[in-house]
Amino acid sequence: MPDITKSSAKPADDVVTATPDTAIAVAAEPARSLWGDAWRDLRRNPYFIISSFLVVLLVFIALFPGWFTSADPRDADLINHFLKKPELGSFFTADWFGYDNQGRSIYARVIYGTRASIQVGVGVTVIVTIVGGLMGMLAGYFGGWLDALLSRITDVFFGIPFLLGALVVLNAFTDRSVSVVIGALAFLGWTQIARVMRGSVITTKQADYVVAAKALGAGTGRILIKHILPNAMAPVIVVATIALGGYISAEATLSYLGMGLAEPTVSWGIDISSASKVVRNNPHALFFPAGMLTLTVFAFIMLGDAVRDALDPKLR
Amino acid sequence: MGRYVARRLLQMIPVFIGTTFLIFVMVRTLPGDPIRALWGDKAPDPTQLAALRHEYGLDDSLWQQYLDYMKGLFQADFGKTVGGRPVSEILTDAFPVTIRLAIIALLFEMILGLVLGVFAGMKRGKIVDRGVLILTLLVISIPVFVLAYIFQTVFGTELGWITPTVQDSMNVQELMLPGIVLGSLSLAYVARLTRTTVAENLRADYMRTALAKGLPKRRIVVNHLLRNSLIPVVTFLGTDLGALMGGAIVTEGIFNVQGVGGALYQGLVRREGSTVVGIVTCLVFVYLAMSLIIDLLYAVLDPRIRYA
Repeated sequence: MPDITKSSAKPADDVVTATPDTAIAVAAEPARSLWGDAWRDLRRNPYFIISSFLVVLLVFIALFPGWFTSADPRDADLINHFLKKPELGSFFTADWFGYDNQGRSIYARVIYGTRASIQVGVGVTVIVTIVGGLMGMLAGYFGGWLDALLSRITDVFFGIPFLLGALVVLNAFTDRSVSVVIGALAFLGWTQIARVMRGSVITTKQADYVVAAKALGAGTGRILIKHILPNAMAPVIVVATIALGGYISAEATLSYLGMGLAEPTVSWGIDISSASKVVRNNPHALFFPAGMLTLTVFAFIMLGDAVRDALDPKLR
Repeated sequence: MGRYVARRLLQMIPVFIGTTFLIFVMVRTLPGDPIRALWGDKAPDPTQLAALRHEYGLDDSLWQQYLDYMKGLFQADFGKTVGGRPVSEILTDAFPVTIRLAIIALLFEMILGLVLGVFAGMKRGKIVDRGVLILTLLVISIPVFVLAYIFQTVFGTELGWITPTVQDSMNVQELMLPGIVLGSLSLAYVARLTRTTVAENLRADYMRTALAKGLPKRRIVVNHLLRNSLIPVVTFLGTDLGALMGGAIVTEGIFNVQGVGGALYQGLVRREGSTVVGIVTCLVFVYLAMSLIIDLLYAVLDPRIRYA
């Protein structure tokens, strides 16, 4: 195969050098795939630039919180700093966002809280994409009784209200670590991806290139991985990116209700919950973790939006 | 039509059984023994303990317990709490409140969402469209409990338009603000969904025909554009009713609404398994019934869809 493409590319190059005018036209219009097209669109989309910048920044904060603050998020100093108001002028110091009702630096807690949120968001999304993707792909490709069975299982999990179901599952654990929360959210959350993937695979498997690959004697595994998967992934990626923001929001909600992460894990949801008791006179204690949470969810949903606009040819 | 409904109802049975069984297993395997907890710190009397366990069927196998529960359900018997109160009583107290709240939320998101979506879709790429997109993006990003505190502080404490917390949970007027908070997330989805379908349908042939034969603009929008754009929106709204009722727990807690969320939370904290199972079972009912109603509505909205 490679030899053929090379030899056919050679004469094309000769033509290009002969007429410089067509050279530009040919160079500007290379054979573009869906992904190449999407990437071209994305690079020019201001929403994509802003959101991907925010996401990269948040991932950095989650990985290296020590780079952004020298204060300890668990260092409680009741005597001096109890609910001290923010000093918005003193950038990046422990005083910046003020102190919470246990005398802990809110800035340090906002920074360190990023880790749990990103871990939960990314963790749940990865598991859900693998499990849901696999279920959807098998159901969509093989159809028949397997489809009926897997679809009914998906319906069963889909029927359980997400937040309430997560509450029930998490209530069974006394030690609710990040991985437990990830497990609980993934346990109930995979159905959305499975449904999207199933629909996407059903449309893809009728495509000519799949029929051609089958006619050439390609095995089922090869067809699924090399032909179906790359072409059916687009809607799944969009749904997964947007859902990632939703999972971060769900973790915060569960922690806020006291059924998610627990101290000593630093989580925005826990901080918002304790700040809500003093919100009348100390709105700063609520504002900063809530603002950071909103910004994070915003970044992921905006990213998903931008990717969808780029991948959906109908909107062009 | 009749046969279609019958087939759909038959398909629902395994889903209903599966979902209730799943939730049943999840709740029954919770650690903590509500019967043992009745004695508090005191050492329980073993014969009484065994007798009570037997009365609540907790000494049976999980399968047997589930079968008994299902048998009870057919007679609208949801079991009783460890305190002796019938669960159906808790349900009839909590559900009317949450249903009101969810319907307010649904009406709010439907009306405002459709209006915003139609305007944005018809002016795609213009300022109105961008404004709606950014507004909805913001609403989607703000977690509901943050939004609830913002609304409570601004409209309750600062402006004094409403009391910050609800005094009478059955009073529709008082439920307005919590309902708006509850519906705001879905409002954003409805607006975006409407916008996309309206923008797509604007290019349809029937739109050009309607325009060419000189129909007034309002008629084109309402009778042609909106009706054809409604199917995905109706699908969303239908499944959303159940989601709103299940998701109301946070809003209810912040605004002190005595609904399903609070009852479920109490049930979880007190290890009252039968309350939790009862509430979730009812929500599954709502979800299944709504998805059937949506499917039947398709035929009304789009005459091309026929159920033989």
